[in-house]
Amino acid sequence: MSVRDKRLSLEDLTVSFDGFKALNKLSLHVDPGEMLCIIGPNGAGKTTMMDVITGKTRPDSGAARFGAHIDLLKLSEPEIVGAGIGRKFQKPTVFEQLTVFENLELALAGTRSFLKTFAARISAAQLKRIDEVLDIIGLMEHRSSFARILAHGQKQWLEIGMLLMQDPELLLVDEPVAGMTPHEIERTSELLRSLAGVHSVVVVEHDMAFVRSIAKRVVVLHEGQVIAEGDMDTVQKHSRVIEVYLGV
Amino acid sequence: MSENKQTPGIWTRTTLVDRGGERGVDRGGTWLLGVLAVVAIAVPLLNQAIPTTSAFHLSAFGITLIGKYLCYGMLALAVDLIWGYCGILSLGHAAFFALGGYAMGMYLMRQIGPRGVYGDPVLPDFMVFLNYKSLPWFWHGFNHFALALSMVALVPALLALVFGWFAFRSRVTGVYLSIITQALTYALMLAFFRNDMGFGGNNGFTDFKEIIGFDLHSDLTRVTLLVITAAALAATYAACRKIVESRAGRVVLAIRDAESRTRFLGYPVESYKLWLFVFSAIVAGIAGALYVPQVGIINPSEFAPINSIEAVIWVAVGGRGTLYGAIAGAVLVNYLKTWLTGAFPEIWLFALGGLFVLVTLFLPRGIIGLLRRRSKNA
Repeated sequence: MSVRDKRLSLEDLTVSFDGFKALNKLSLHVDPGEMLCIIGPNGAGKTTMMDVITGKTRPDSGAARFGAHIDLLKLSEPEIVGAGIGRKFQKPTVFEQLTVFENLELALAGTRSFLKTFAARISAAQLKRIDEVLDIIGLMEHRSSFARILAHGQKQWLEIGMLLMQDPELLLVDEPVAGMTPHEIERTSELLRSLAGVHSVVVVEHDMAFVRSIAKRVVVLHEGQVIAEGDMDTVQKHSRVIEVYLGV
Repeated sequence: MSENKQTPGIWTRTTLVDRGGERGVDRGGTWLLGVLAVVAIAVPLLNQAIPTTSAFHLSAFGITLIGKYLCYGMLALAVDLIWGYCGILSLGHAAFFALGGYAMGMYLMRQIGPRGVYGDPVLPDFMVFLNYKSLPWFWHGFNHFALALSMVALVPALLALVFGWFAFRSRVTGVYLSIITQALTYALMLAFFRNDMGFGGNNGFTDFKEIIGFDLHSDLTRVTLLVITAAALAATYAACRKIVESRAGRVVLAIRDAESRTRFLGYPVESYKLWLFVFSAIVAGIAGALYVPQVGIINPSEFAPINSIEAVIWVAVGGRGTLYGAIAGAVLVNYLKTWLTGAFPEIWLFALGGLFVLVTLFLPRGIIGLLRRRSKNA
């Protein structure tokens, strides 16, 4: 595994849609191996921020850098994936008719062309990696099950596993626990905590109890800007945050 | 196993991958190969070894019928590969079948030589009849069997490549793709109906005499053609099975179920569809080429849209996404067709339509799905 040393830094990002500023001079950084949670009311700019990092949306101004040398604003979406940034969308999309093992196999980094995948044989190292990931996401016993029979939470874990197959340096995770049972939430919390350190993890989530359970550092977004950051307790006592959330 | 409790999805999935890539047994495929082997041994015996006076003697008609079923089985295999595994519903696959057939037909026409009605040493009868002075350029070389054989694969492949390249690149999918494949085969039918095309117009090609020197009317040639067809079907089945069991085959399934997700993982989705489509067209072309010397005729009606639709029904009846199911479906439906068009000719199309409705409603996974359910409940 390569040395994890890339810091994600966003500076003065501004994105406007028809005059509405989804991001307004947003500045943020994520240290290597850090676990950062981003919260904020609807329309605060959380998803737009993710879109800018992954190249889906281009900002009007500002800078987004990954490490010292990578300018994310100049890369295409696949190039950003190649640079080591993986994103998990809100709705789990796994390949239902493939087994858990096969889902992870297709997510392996490397061969993508028809002829190469036709001839591809799985190597011992790849097999080991798949088993490692199965272990991390806790689906070892479902290795040969079709993904369609998995519970909602298990599908979410499988999708996180598919991201891990590409061994990204930075993981962006959008609302991972929406619709999960309390037990699943607990397991997801453990999973994400185990990933921090090895990967940088950015989680966007509404569930405050969940955020409290995983994050050391929390950033609160509102109207495209950072209005507070710090640990959960500090943030919750912050007057602006209370105002924004409770409308007082 | 836990997955048995699930209600069946609309797609059948046969996985031979059991634990981490170790290969399981292809039971349906073993059955198929076994049946083909029996046919390849029994048909020559019943025809050649049993005297014509015996009730067990298999007539030339019987051989041709079985040969036809096997060719249709190969067309169904081609359809199932792209429809059952990649979700590409081609309603024009008989076009590739017909093109392969025409390529073989051109060779058989050249083989007639001076034995035609008009006795022209080079020009086939229809050209003399239509006042052709010389052979059109695309007929040159078709007196060589090797060239004809390569055209059997190349022409369908080229058409599939060009058509697929435009269609898949423009991200034409679902019902829109089905409609343009239907238009494709219809356009080809109209074109081949024209006398000026140089393919014999609405009469097409017939009155074939021999193939690489063997008399097409002798039982021995018929039997040999049938054995070759059975072997070709076994080989194309094995090739398709090899594709769907490879990692590329799993990418194809992934494309069928979640196309944009597959693209997001970095797979060039269009290129996968194109490769599969071209391969499938070649299989259909080979089927057509084997069909023509056995039935002794090829004409533009082979391009008729209904033929392509029938092929889709065979696959649906047999069970899509299984490969062997498609072949079984083709043989069964065509056996039914032979019987019904003989006994009650006027109801065949109603029966076909009714069959499709029934299968769609009650057997979404076809006969193979029904058999699997049975064997699980037993």
